[in-house]
Amino acid sequence: MSVTRTVGSDHQLARLLQIGMVLEEVVEARAYKHAQSTDIDLEEDVLELLEEAAEESAEHRSRLEALIDELEAEPVAFEKIEPLVEAQYGKTKPDDFDGVLYDQLCNEETAYKFYDDVIGAIAASETSFSIDRAELVSVLESIREEEREGVEEVTELMETHQ
Amino acid sequence: MNTSDQYLKAIYLVQQVEDGPAATGKVADMLDVSPASANEMIGKLEADGFADHEKYKGVSLTDEGIVRAEQALQTYCIIERFLIEVLEVERFREEAKALQTVIDSTVAERLDTIIDRRSECPSCFSAEDDVCQHIECELVETADSEIAD
Repeated sequence: MSVTRTVGSDHQLARLLQIGMVLEEVVEARAYKHAQSTDIDLEEDVLELLEEAAEESAEHRSRLEALIDELEAEPVAFEKIEPLVEAQYGKTKPDDFDGVLYDQLCNEETAYKFYDDVIGAIAASETSFSIDRAELVSVLESIREEEREGVEEVTELMETHQ
Repeated sequence: MNTSDQYLKAIYLVQQVEDGPAATGKVADMLDVSPASANEMIGKLEADGFADHEKYKGVSLTDEGIVRAEQALQTYCIIERFLIEVLEVERFREEAKALQTVIDSTVAERLDTIIDRRSECPSCFSAEDDVCQHIECELVETADSEIAD
């Protein structure tokens, strides 16, 4: 064990990518739940944002799944995570319109932070992974960039609705 | 979780087991680092106001240090519970220790939205068993029911 932020094996890398998949699935499932909520009256542009976020998360998770496959590990099925989100949604759902946007902002910021930390930990690692390191980093960097854009989009929408 | 938070958590847990100041050697053992590294980081924590170190006695957390340590422990509890409940990892202690260096508290908070964690967390964490005492009970119950089947 080390206190340094690093990725020490294929196994640990696969585990981190599985966590990335789960984060994307949580975003996707929560975005659907927010959009379907009858308690909060959401405007068209917010519904559009939620739909796009869900689609983007589905696309990210399929890119992560391809990396997990290459590492010969098991992906985490959306069908497994969706009921978990559903089960806990009552306790964690936003109360109002601002809460929905804030939740979406947290999703994007958390995902950005996660990919940023994983990329940093891979860079600090001297481990020789069984998948191509340049390809791995390129996929993660591209997802991180989309999360950064997502943060900007939600922030802009929040400002519009102020 | 950054390095200082990992140290604060380790000191907190050693203090709980020892019921007093934590010996630097035991903190180093818990983190699998050299005593020299532990001494250096404890000096930094002391300078930042998170810990008090008394020669030949050991290190104790300040009130500010305890707050930070409990936050770090909560992040760790979320990681362990997530590994058990969602990914069904058997060697969850070992994996949680490795993952805590990369998983930040903000990421843990999102993972927390799909796990079933008690409101008293992290006070129910057992330092001796290195797991939430409720998880330990649940694991024993699961094992018992499997044997009964």
